[in-house]
Amino acid sequence: MPLLSHLDALEAESIHIFRETAAAFRRPVMLYSIGKDSSVLLHLLRKAFYPARPPMPLLHVDTTWKFREMIAFRDRVAAEGDVEVLVHVNEEGLRQGISPLIHGSAVHTDVMKTAGLKQALDKYGFDAAIGGARRDEEKSRAKERVFSFRNAQHRWDPKHQRPELWHTYNTRIHQGESVRVFPLSNWTEMDVWNYIRRESIPVVPLYFAKPRPVVERDGALIMVDDERLTLREGESVQMREVRFRTLGCYPLTGAVASSADTLDKIIDEMAASRSSERQGRVIDHDGNASMERKKQEGYF
Amino acid sequence: MATPDTAPAVQASTQLLRFITCGSVDDGKSTLLGRLLYDTGMVPDDQLAALARDSRKLHADAPDALDFSLLTDGLDAERQQGITIDVAYRYFHSARRSFIVADCPGHEQYTRNMATGASNAGLAVVLIDARKGVLPQTRRHTYICALMGIRQVVVAVNKMDLVDCREDIYAAIAHEYRELAAQLGIAQVHCLPVVAPSGDNVGTRSSRMGWYEGPCLLELLESADTAPAQGTEFRMPVQWVNRPDASFRGYAGTVCGGRVAVGSEVVVQPAMRRARIERIVTADGDLSHASDGQAVTLTLDREIDVSRGDVIADAARPAPVADQFAAHVLWMGDEPLLPNRAYWLKIGTRTVNARITTIKHKVDVNTQAELAARRLELNEVGYCNIDLDHAIAYEAYADNRTLGGFVLIDRQTNATVGCGMLDFALRRAANVHWQHTDLDKQARSLSKGQEARCLWFTGLSGAGKSTIANLVERRLHALGYHTYMLDGDNLRHGLNKDLGFTPEARVENVRRVAEVSHLMVDAGLVVLVCVISPFQSERRFARRLFDEGEFLEVFVDTTLEECERRDPKGLYRKARAGEILNFTGIDSPYEAPEQPELHLRTTGLRPEQLAEQVVEQLLAGMGEGHSR
Repeated sequence: MPLLSHLDALEAESIHIFRETAAAFRRPVMLYSIGKDSSVLLHLLRKAFYPARPPMPLLHVDTTWKFREMIAFRDRVAAEGDVEVLVHVNEEGLRQGISPLIHGSAVHTDVMKTAGLKQALDKYGFDAAIGGARRDEEKSRAKERVFSFRNAQHRWDPKHQRPELWHTYNTRIHQGESVRVFPLSNWTEMDVWNYIRRESIPVVPLYFAKPRPVVERDGALIMVDDERLTLREGESVQMREVRFRTLGCYPLTGAVASSADTLDKIIDEMAASRSSERQGRVIDHDGNASMERKKQEGYF
Repeated sequence: MATPDTAPAVQASTQLLRFITCGSVDDGKSTLLGRLLYDTGMVPDDQLAALARDSRKLHADAPDALDFSLLTDGLDAERQQGITIDVAYRYFHSARRSFIVADCPGHEQYTRNMATGASNAGLAVVLIDARKGVLPQTRRHTYICALMGIRQVVVAVNKMDLVDCREDIYAAIAHEYRELAAQLGIAQVHCLPVVAPSGDNVGTRSSRMGWYEGPCLLELLESADTAPAQGTEFRMPVQWVNRPDASFRGYAGTVCGGRVAVGSEVVVQPAMRRARIERIVTADGDLSHASDGQAVTLTLDREIDVSRGDVIADAARPAPVADQFAAHVLWMGDEPLLPNRAYWLKIGTRTVNARITTIKHKVDVNTQAELAARRLELNEVGYCNIDLDHAIAYEAYADNRTLGGFVLIDRQTNATVGCGMLDFALRRAANVHWQHTDLDKQARSLSKGQEARCLWFTGLSGAGKSTIANLVERRLHALGYHTYMLDGDNLRHGLNKDLGFTPEARVENVRRVAEVSHLMVDAGLVVLVCVISPFQSERRFARRLFDEGEFLEVFVDTTLEECERRDPKGLYRKARAGEILNFTGIDSPYEAPEQPELHLRTTGLRPEQLAEQVVEQLLAGMGEGHSR
């Protein structure tokens, strides 16, 4: 009997998780953050239910600080028409003028992303939210469940996680409770890129190297994506050949100097590179166990 | 030893091995795992710099040595924060293979965590400290591996440098372990000597233990069988019925054993409807065949009833079907497992109601001794009989993990409270057939000119259940109804005289009363049941025995203070004095009904008034007026 390759095995496992979610929950949603992991998720979502259209909408929690190219990419996905794309902005946060440049990454993420997400989940009554988090991303994610239980306040209680055996997922919840579902739990960053290459999955062009206007700030290369990013004293905008390993809010996402402008080159560069993926994310460095705390509060 | 410059590129065609590591920090498990990550080039520069810095800080005596355990010991900080440490998954790859390691640190909750990690693993790496040899914990780890179906074990005899790399010490340990593994039914054992910090026989073969000529750990992992045994007969649990429009009806699921081809004859279980495979649909185009592990969508050549939870199987060799089993159960709940309590059981994609009818014995995980048990506590393993409310298609766990492994879910909290491995079906189910009778409940109640009902009075001792029920029965009798009253206290003189008042005994007490009342309703009677029945799950069990509308839960709601004040039998006084244990309301809980058909708040009302409320509601439900 031919054995499945590891990418085939990961794909089959993820499809199984998608189908289990659709079958067991009243109102599931797929969180769509526009990054490469979301691109892979969307691809798997379509595969899982083929030839039917995906039986759940996508939800993008827009902090209003995403790269412009991300928003354009999202709108192209929505225009394809086979899947509904919901966009939610925390209007309250917007009115308060919450900005990563003024309030810092912690407050911005908390208000525009975490609180925004909770608002949207409540507004639509979603009882299962699928996300693209992977266990290899960060230490506190290594023990995260595939079906991660949240109480009615969306809180994650690391002391009362359900044991998860085989692929027999416990999907039972009470009214008002919900789960976060992570079909890519067992994928690594390398798997994601290999799969994107194998399946020719479109991703935001920001992942590919190109001369871009950046400013060096606190040791990170921040792209000047619009006029809201004002220069501090001594800073100057330079055109540098850079790309992004992860995508988020542009003032919080550091670029890396790179000339990798094709998938093959990205994969080669990653094999040769020796720094971890989330290094470019300001949010993970907000103090000890910062991801763990954000998760308890309801961040993805 | 040289650091690999780069992580090898993973080839799309490599395979995936899931394995588990067993051992404690003392055995050098974290160091071994960290070294494996390092040797395969998985440690990025920023982490490596942090590692060098932390190593220097912790080991001033050896400032240049890297402490590889720090790469995987990140959970220590969490322990201090009071965060549960269970299974951490780690990922690495070599040029030949991708790996997922389930790492279960610590000793607390060890059995539960190890079982979780082992459930998807095809191999276990067991660590043994060369200075200590095979320990009780080695036996425990190996037993759990065997229980969870792992059939290949790599034994890393670690810290060989601390016994001067002596071959005789290694050989004695390897010999002892092989005997242990054979006893526990582990077929494939490979032993090797290692020194984790320096990487001897980890990523490369050691030069200082020339007497060992076998492969290093990484080579062993690269050549091991990747797939846990799933049997050779085609099986696929249906996850999702795919029906985009009237022209397409497909059954989506993951194949869990064997192979299926277009044109194959299959049977949909447990109903045993036959059909042929018409198409094997995937988003990448139709396939001619599909095999174990693939997620596909099948269409059939004829319209038959198929839903989520069914199993599509090879028609020539279908899965056995049964509703009673012997199984190993590992308990994971904080509250103990009680025999005869109802739980949800999920197996494959099917969820049914289940009761553990008997705990035949529990197993000491350290010695495998069989011990008598009336309940299972957290982290205990028991060999049990299980009774389901529906027959299912299944396989013995040893043959098929998907169709033989199940989880148990608490019906109130929805927590996963246990897991189990089916062993075999109990013959009882196959040999005891339901005897069909010509007369049914409807005929029997019709001849009495009534509709059969069960009135279930629940409440604290002394709440007034029997007093009210007695009045209700007199009234119904006067109206010409055929009734019977089942009183909990009276039944304890006969049918239930072997039962005490522990939670287990209360569960069994209520089960028997429920079954008897069900028989009486089947006989066409209006039955009045008076039992404290303190647990919601047992009352729910009783309710499920009856048809819609047949069961009326009557909550006789009298406050504990009032019951104690009345204390008609002097029981509260004795309970307060400690002369009676497990007394409901005092040292044993009463779970109030959430949605009873009738909620009798007794304060300020006479029993006659309360009885009248019951009679009115009962007769209204029968669509009859007061007079007959």
